[in-house]
Amino acid sequence: MKPSPHIDFDRNAREALGNEFLQRALRSAMVRFRELQAPVIAEIPEWQALRAYAHEVKLHTLGRLDRYLQQLEQEVSARGGRVHWARDGGEAATIIARLARGRYVVKSKSMTSEEIHLNEALERAGCEVTEGDLGEYLIQLAGEAPSHIIAPVVHRSKESIAELLSAAAGTPLPAEPEVLTAAARRLLRQRFLRADVGITGVNFAVAETGTIVVVENEGNIRLTTSLPRIHIALMGIEKVIPRVADLAVFLTLLPRAATGQRMSSYVSFITGPRRPGEADGPEEFHLVIMDNGRARIQADAEMRESLACIRCGACLDVCPVFERTGGHAYESEYSGPIGAVITPLYRGLRAAGDLPFASSLCGACGEVCPVKIDLPRLLLELRARVVRERGASWSERIFVRAWTWVMTRPARLGFAARAARMLQRLVRRRLLPLPYPFSRWTVSRDLPVPPARAFRDGWSK
Amino acid sequence: MTVLRRLGVSVDVPIAQTCCGQVAFNDGFWDEARPLARRHLDIFEHADAVVAPSGSCAAMVREFYPMLLRDEPALMERAQAVGHRTYELSQFLVDVLGADDAGARFPHRVAYHPACHGLRALGLREQPLRLLGKVRDLEVRRLGGAEECCGFGGMFAVKFESLSSAMLDSKIRAIEGSGADYVTATDASCLMHIGGGLSRRASPIRPIHLAEILAAQ
Repeated sequence: MKPSPHIDFDRNAREALGNEFLQRALRSAMVRFRELQAPVIAEIPEWQALRAYAHEVKLHTLGRLDRYLQQLEQEVSARGGRVHWARDGGEAATIIARLARGRYVVKSKSMTSEEIHLNEALERAGCEVTEGDLGEYLIQLAGEAPSHIIAPVVHRSKESIAELLSAAAGTPLPAEPEVLTAAARRLLRQRFLRADVGITGVNFAVAETGTIVVVENEGNIRLTTSLPRIHIALMGIEKVIPRVADLAVFLTLLPRAATGQRMSSYVSFITGPRRPGEADGPEEFHLVIMDNGRARIQADAEMRESLACIRCGACLDVCPVFERTGGHAYESEYSGPIGAVITPLYRGLRAAGDLPFASSLCGACGEVCPVKIDLPRLLLELRARVVRERGASWSERIFVRAWTWVMTRPARLGFAARAARMLQRLVRRRLLPLPYPFSRWTVSRDLPVPPARAFRDGWSK
Repeated sequence: MTVLRRLGVSVDVPIAQTCCGQVAFNDGFWDEARPLARRHLDIFEHADAVVAPSGSCAAMVREFYPMLLRDEPALMERAQAVGHRTYELSQFLVDVLGADDAGARFPHRVAYHPACHGLRALGLREQPLRLLGKVRDLEVRRLGGAEECCGFGGMFAVKFESLSSAMLDSKIRAIEGSGADYVTATDASCLMHIGGGLSRRASPIRPIHLAEILAAQ
């Protein structure tokens, strides 16, 4: 695999901060998400217990992935489905492209398919692909990447969406959400009716029954899994859960944390292809189970819990950094706090090592995560790895080493404090330039005025 | 110290103390942070309770020392013992001493910023507000988006200066909108950040540590 290019998050963040439309759009969307989520979470008195339970189920399963994945394969096969194993994204895309070759494809929203750039692979295999989710369809028309797990098109205005849909419909459309939605619906309906192959992701795969569960609000997944002749579902190995009963917990947590709904509009349970006597459903059901770096994270005891993520996006919605950068700044399909953890794990510390540092460690993500992933801890672990394995910049190394050197002896601290007071006077008279990191501090903030006499001097006398 | 003594606590400030090591730890320099953690334990181990006027430092000892020292079982055990007796000031006053009233008077309008580490790592929600509620002649002003971070985050403030400043902007707009004369918090570092921003804007609003309010008479 070729090395991934370096992600310069600071540069990307500056660019996002300069985009006034983006700032307003993100702020209002994130506040809206939080306002929707808070009441439906507060109404569940056992929310904290459910989070802890979901966390335990996920970690239990992650500790026995081989067993549950084998069981899943057996159960899917026993019900007439076919299971395909893919070591990485390339293999998964090849398998799916082979199954779909030359056919007309509708695809539902799936982060895993974004991760492996599935649409490009399908187009290379001569398929025509249409995204069935409204937001993803718009992203596809724009030739962009999604900028939020749940709200992929949050960075675009309704005017720019009207332009995209007008071009697709071949007729000018006004920038009115109802009109645009109706137009998209008409365009998409034709595609659903024509499609030979439907591709979806998987929210949960139940080992004991071979059932895959997909959650959505628009009905496009229902169409994708019932109209075309072939249904292909793509999942990462971490999506398996042991029992149907566990869904009672996950399906309580996911919609509330994701969109602030008590229940998503459509929750589809799919167990194998159409059986004799059934009125609808595909003739073929294929389940592609993909590793793509997950087994490596599973084997990494400190990082394993990042695989518990159910892709709800709640950590993005509360993150003060994400609220100001949006998803594109992360240059990864996974953005926000969870993206800052898993992108470095997938792409390496050299490419994505800046991301774990792009957090004030305010802890809002860890508090909100419905499966109780300790995101601040994971960010801290990764920071230590970056310093150990990639190394920090020389200015930062000098600052931190100087700080710890001073702090190892109280006498040094007393001396350094006096020296700092003196240097600050010279800086104020502009006789000295401010050294890093204080030079960056004073871009927008004043330095504190030192007290005339230090506390420790007064105390010791 | 004034507050603790007023409430009958015998206080010692070990002069050998320096820094808990959070600056280095949060920035990924764990090897550099460990000797500071060891020093901290040596110095504070003898105390019945360790009170820090900073939720962030208290959280470092309580929550993050065990993580930093996990490869040194003996140190980790000591860290857990000290961690259990380490408190942020308002937490110690309300939860341990059961004292809501510090006997203070502060005739000003005050906005309270719940600093992140205190709020989320230590779960300080009620304690500071209960103490402020008992301060005579003090009016607590509601702060919009109170639980949103001020953008400090240690080295984050300089490494991602533009993001940090944008977060500070929102916080300062909320503080200015609260109609307060003072903004207070349980963390000196957040107050330094907010204070630096207020000073740059030549705002008349002053940052003040919760302990300073509780000591005022």
